[in-house]
This record gives sequence, structure tokens and C-alpha cells, in this order.
Amino acid sequence: MSGLLYLIPAALFLGLLGLGAFLWSLRSGQFEDLDGAAERILFDEDDTPPDDKPA
Amino acid sequence: MSIAASAETASARAETAFQPGIDFAAYVRSGAGDENALNLIVEGLKCGGCVRSIERALANQPDVTAARVNLTTGRLALSWKGARARATTLAEVVENLGFRVMPYEPSRLTSQDALEQRELLRCLAVAGFAAANVMLLSVAVWAGHVEGMGPATRGLMHWFSALIALPAIAYAGRPFFRSAWSALKARRTNMDVPISLGVLLASGMSLVETMTGGAHAYFDSAITLLFFLLVGRYLDGRARGKARAAAERLLTLDAQSVTVLRADGSRAVLPPEQVNVGMIALVAPGERVSVDGTVISGDSQVDTALITGESLPRPVAAEDRVFAGTMNLVGALRIRVEAVGEATLLAEIVRLMGLAEQRRARYVSLADRLSRVYAPVVHLLALGAFLAWWLVVGIAWQPALLIAVAVLIITCPCALGLAVPAVQVIASGRLMRRGVLLKSATALERLAKIDTVVFDKTGTLTLGRPELRATEVPPGALAVAAGLAASSRHPLSQALLRAAPGATPLEGVAEVPGKGLALSTEGGEMRLGSRSWCGIAESESEAEAELWLTRPNAQPVRFAFDDPPRGDARQVIETLRGSGLRLELISGDRAASVAALADAVGISEWRAAASPAEKVARLETLAAEGWRVLMVGDGLNDAPALAAASVSLSPSTAVDIVQTAADAVFQGDELRPVVEILSVAKRSEVLVRQNFALALGYNAIAIPLALLGMVTPLLAAVAMSSSSLAVIGNSLRLSRGGRGGRA
Repeated sequence: MSGLLYLIPAALFLGLLGLGAFLWSLRSGQFEDLDGAAERILFDEDDTPPDDKPA
Repeated sequence: MSIAASAETASARAETAFQPGIDFAAYVRSGAGDENALNLIVEGLKCGGCVRSIERALANQPDVTAARVNLTTGRLALSWKGARARATTLAEVVENLGFRVMPYEPSRLTSQDALEQRELLRCLAVAGFAAANVMLLSVAVWAGHVEGMGPATRGLMHWFSALIALPAIAYAGRPFFRSAWSALKARRTNMDVPISLGVLLASGMSLVETMTGGAHAYFDSAITLLFFLLVGRYLDGRARGKARAAAERLLTLDAQSVTVLRADGSRAVLPPEQVNVGMIALVAPGERVSVDGTVISGDSQVDTALITGESLPRPVAAEDRVFAGTMNLVGALRIRVEAVGEATLLAEIVRLMGLAEQRRARYVSLADRLSRVYAPVVHLLALGAFLAWWLVVGIAWQPALLIAVAVLIITCPCALGLAVPAVQVIASGRLMRRGVLLKSATALERLAKIDTVVFDKTGTLTLGRPELRATEVPPGALAVAAGLAASSRHPLSQALLRAAPGATPLEGVAEVPGKGLALSTEGGEMRLGSRSWCGIAESESEAEAELWLTRPNAQPVRFAFDDPPRGDARQVIETLRGSGLRLELISGDRAASVAALADAVGISEWRAAASPAEKVARLETLAAEGWRVLMVGDGLNDAPALAAASVSLSPSTAVDIVQTAADAVFQGDELRPVVEILSVAKRSEVLVRQNFALALGYNAIAIPLALLGMVTPLLAAVAMSSSSLAVIGNSLRLSRGGRGGRA
């Protein structure tokens, strides 16, 4: 059972990593235009993402 | 979308693209160095192809540093290095592609709703993370009950759960706690009150259990409940996101600037709030009048469709009154300003509409009515369980409280909270793919109940633009007339051009506002225009839209126009009548043309020459007689009537204010979306009722168990998740093709 002592924190750490990644992507505007994102993958030329944060 | 279709919309928009009076440079924000940024609303965005063509055209400009189109909201963020004045030419680049653009200030449009939506998404993420991890630990505990887990290990699991769940509940529960608190302060109760109470009691009790080394903790129930409810809330808001963006466009309309003539003869472009009564405003041809006033000089025609719904322009000259919202078509006008902003007739109509809308806002959605009954019943049940076990059965108050909390948790309206949003999201997604934008949350519910449909004529049953009547016009005459008409923006001239697309434009044509066109040729003068302009004797016959062409040495030729019904109007009317709806036509137009149209599409009950107030009165009479009316209309004169009807629909060609008043907006040249939206509404209503039945049915089984004190955390989790999944699964049936797909 002592394995739990490091397995649970490890699981939590990984989960937090995912949560952090989601909050980062939300903040950097990646959820601003879901319809557009679905279409952009079809563009032939390279698409440069916006460098500034959404207003 | 095909390229041909986008080219077609592009040419249709090219006419309206010319918009003097908008000062783009005023909206430019200066950034670091010489970089400037501008935000634009782009109208007419349909697909990725539009996005690409705009971004590519702007990227080809050497000084543009970034151009990004947001397809969801229809906005363009643009930045470039160089002068602020470049804004206008860059906007032109987009307009030349066939899109109409309007500047906006991001701070003005970052609405409260959008901020709330982002907060919900953050809460959803936190709740999702916590729910997954707590559930992981809970599964171990449940397994431990069977396998004989030691109390020390179970305690450890509970402590970890508390560590994750309590901060997450404090963070992710805020939207519910806030709403519940404000309801309680106002001495009301809403669905959020039992939710908040259940979540808080469950976590408090579980914490006590954990500290005392008890066997059961409900952290997983509390956080999973929040997660499911947040999903419902988020979907609910997202469904109306697009419609909200459309309504926001209205805000930019009143930002239109006014060109005024100063006393010293200089011109200045002022925002409307700086224009005073008595000033002299200049209105160029093609520009929208943005004040009320009297014409001082100038001869022109104004398109008053926005105010009166008339499809033909009205000639104006000195001493005539013009109103904000009308479009100046032909000649430049000087106007003495008599009313600005809130005092204009336009603002008055908008206010009227607001009043009618407030009356309708009293409609209480089914979910709200249910929650009014549900919340008190749940609270009484929990209280009753506590008192019964404590006083009647005679156990200690702590386990009695446990049972009461279990009742609250098990009855938490999780599936109920999802019942309506899940159906709405799928219904509005389905309608959106067919060109119908659903704006109001309760529109579907109200649509499902209607038994009467009232149509407006111009622009609703018809396309709202005159077309040349197919009569025996000599073909040569049509070509000549179209050649003359090519230089005019008058709607009848445009109709002639549409009828003879290949005509070569004639040079040297002079336009006399309100009368017609003239061209001097070797043989004499050719004229195209009104009866009197062409020197034809007045006749007593019913006035209708017509043009005359006179040529030297030729018989005068008459071109008659009418506004044809939408291609599928008759069919749609038949379908609607077939489904047992009462149909009516109300128009501000003359009796003869209304009768003709009513006959053509097959509506027997019609009223003509109705003013906006009469339309409202008619709708109120119908409502008083107990009919539930769907109003379909497009003109500003219909707007108060739209707001007065129990539910309303308008085509996307309607003016912005009308689209704001309507519950739903449909696109395209067909009337069929009216049938589509009604059938989707009916199906949605059925599904919502089934969802409620599922949710309540689950409660009917779970509540007795909870009252008997037999609900364990495992049972609560299973029951809650399965009822939510059942509700979502049932709602998904709407997205499958099937019966609702065909009109």
C-alpha cells in the first residue's frame, strides 16, 4: 500500500499538467474561433498563428 | 461552398460596399513603434474560403503585419506599420472582395455574456480535472468496501479526495453560488438554490466524515454534479453565441458619423453625439441619413424601406422631411438637423419595440416553471426525512442529517439541468446548418405551441425587390431601356438591368431625380421614366410600379413591375395549412397588390394598408382571442408587431433592428426555413418532455431509496451519471436525419 504514497501524487501531478495546458490554451486564444480552426486545416499555404493575445 | 456562389454574393454586395461616412481612421489603435491596429466586423463570411481570400489579400499588402479573421464571430483583427489613414484603403481591400466591413471598438463589444462564457469554460476545466481524479480515488474506495480496505488507507483516500475536491468546488461552484445567493437575497428561489445547498452540504458532511474516519464520503458526487451542470450551462450559452454576435452589430449602426457644414463653409465629420439641432448636415448619394431633419436644398430620392416598408423610393426636395435610417439614393442633400440620436423617429420605433418585447419577456420557460415547483419540494423532502428519522424513528441527529443530505444529493437537478440545453444545442446546430439562426432561448418552446402564422408581404412572402413583369415587351425596347437604366441606382432601373443582363450601357445619360433618365440622340431625345416625364396622359387605372420608354419615331413602351412571391411561397403556405395552422397576411401595401399576392400564394385572410400600430393592434386582438401567433416580417414597420407576437421570425435581408427583435432569423431566397424551424421546434418539444420524464423518473426511483437511508456514494454516482447520459443520448436523436429533415 505504500506505493500509493507516491502513485497518487504522481497521478495528480499529471492531471494538473493537463489542466494547466488547457488553461494556457484558453488564455492564448485557441478557443476563440473553433469554426475557423476547423476550416484552416484545409488551407494549402502555411498559416501563421496570431502572436498577440485576443483583445 | 462553391466559388460560383461566393462570386454571386460578391457582386450582390458590391453595390452596398460603397459606404461614405465611416471614418475608419478614428477606430485605429496605435501600438508599439509605428504599428497600428484596427478591428473590423466583416459581413458575409461564410466559410474557410472567405477567410483565406481576405487574409491572403491583406497579407499581399507589403505594410500589413498581421491579419486574422475569426470565422465564429465574423471579426477581423488587422495590424500594419505606417500611417493611421491607411485604415480606409485597407478596409477597401476587403470591400473589394465583396464583403461589407464596419469598424468597432473591441472594448465596446466584449460583452458580459462573452466574459461569463469564458469563466464557465475555466470552471468546467477545473471541475472536469477534479471530478476525474476524485472519481479515480473513489473507485478505489468502493472496491475497498468489497475487498476489505483498511480504515487507514480509506482515510488517506478520503483526505486526498478532500484536498482535490474542496478547492475545486470553491472555484467551479461560484457561478451557482452567486446565482443562488442573489435569488435568496431577493427572497426568491431558483434551480441554483438546491444545487448550491446540495453541493455545500455534501462537501461539508463528507469533510466531517473524513475527519471522524467515517466510511462514506460524497466528494465525488458533489464535484461530478458540478461538472455535469457546468456542461449544461456552457452549452446553453454557446448555442446563442452566434446570434449574440449578430445583435452586437446593431451597436455599430449608431456609431455612423455625420458630415456637417460649419458656419465658415468648412466640412467636418462628427460622431452623432456631437451633432446639435440646427446644424446643417450633408448627405451624399448612397449614404444613409443618420439624423431627422428638413431638406434645405437638393433633389433626390430616398429609400424609406427601413421606416415605412415601401419598396419604391420617395422623391424629396426642399422643405420635405427626411428621417434617420433612410437611404439617400440619387442626389446630394443638405438637411437642417431637427433631431439626433435618441430623439429620432428611428429611436422612437426602437423604443416601441423594446416596450412590446418587455411584455413578451414575461414568458416563463418550462424549465423555470418546473424549478419553481421542484426546489421547494426537494427542500421539504430533505427536511422531512431529517425530522422523521431523528424524531420519529429516533436515531441520533448525525445519521439523520446524513440521510437528509443524501436526499438532497440524489435529487440535485443534474439531468433536469441538462434536459433543455442539450436539446437546444442540437436543435440550433441543426437549424444553423440550414440557414436559421436561433436567438432566443425560449423560442423553440414558444414555436412548438403556435397555431397561427401572420405574414408580412413585401420582403417576406416576396423577395422585396421589383422584377419586370413578363409581358409582350418588344425585345429591342428592353435592350435600349436597360442601356439607359445602367447608369441609375433606382430599384426599377436595377430591375430592368436584371431582366436584360447583356445590355450595353449607353453613354451620356442624364438623371433627373424623381422623374427619370434622358439621352440626346441624333434623331431626338430618348426618355425613360415616370408617366409624366415621358409625356404620357395620366390614366385612372390603379397605380402600380411602371416605367415608360419614349424614343424618337417609335411608340412609347410601358414596362410594368411587380414584386414576385418567393419561389416556394405557395408550397410553403400549403404545407403550413396542411399542418392545421391558421394563416393571415398583413401588409402596409395597397389593397390591390395585397389581394393579388394573397391569391397567388393561397392565403384567404388578408389585411392591407395597415400601419405599424394597426399591425400591433391586430396581433393583440389575436392574442386576446387566445391564438398563439408566429409573426414573420422584415420591415422596421413590422418590428413592433414582431415584438408583440408570441414568437417572431425574420429573413436575414431584414434590417438589423428587426433581426434583433425577431426570435430567429432565416437566410436565403426561400421561405422553406419557416417550415423547417416549426418541425424542429415540435420535435424538440417532444424530446424535452421525454428528457424531463427521464429525469423525474430517475428521481422517483432514487428518492425512496434515499429516504430509506439506502443510498451509498457509489449508488449516487451511478444513478446521477446514468440519468445524465440518458438525457444526453435522448437529445442526440434530434441530430439524426429522419422525419424532421424534410419539410
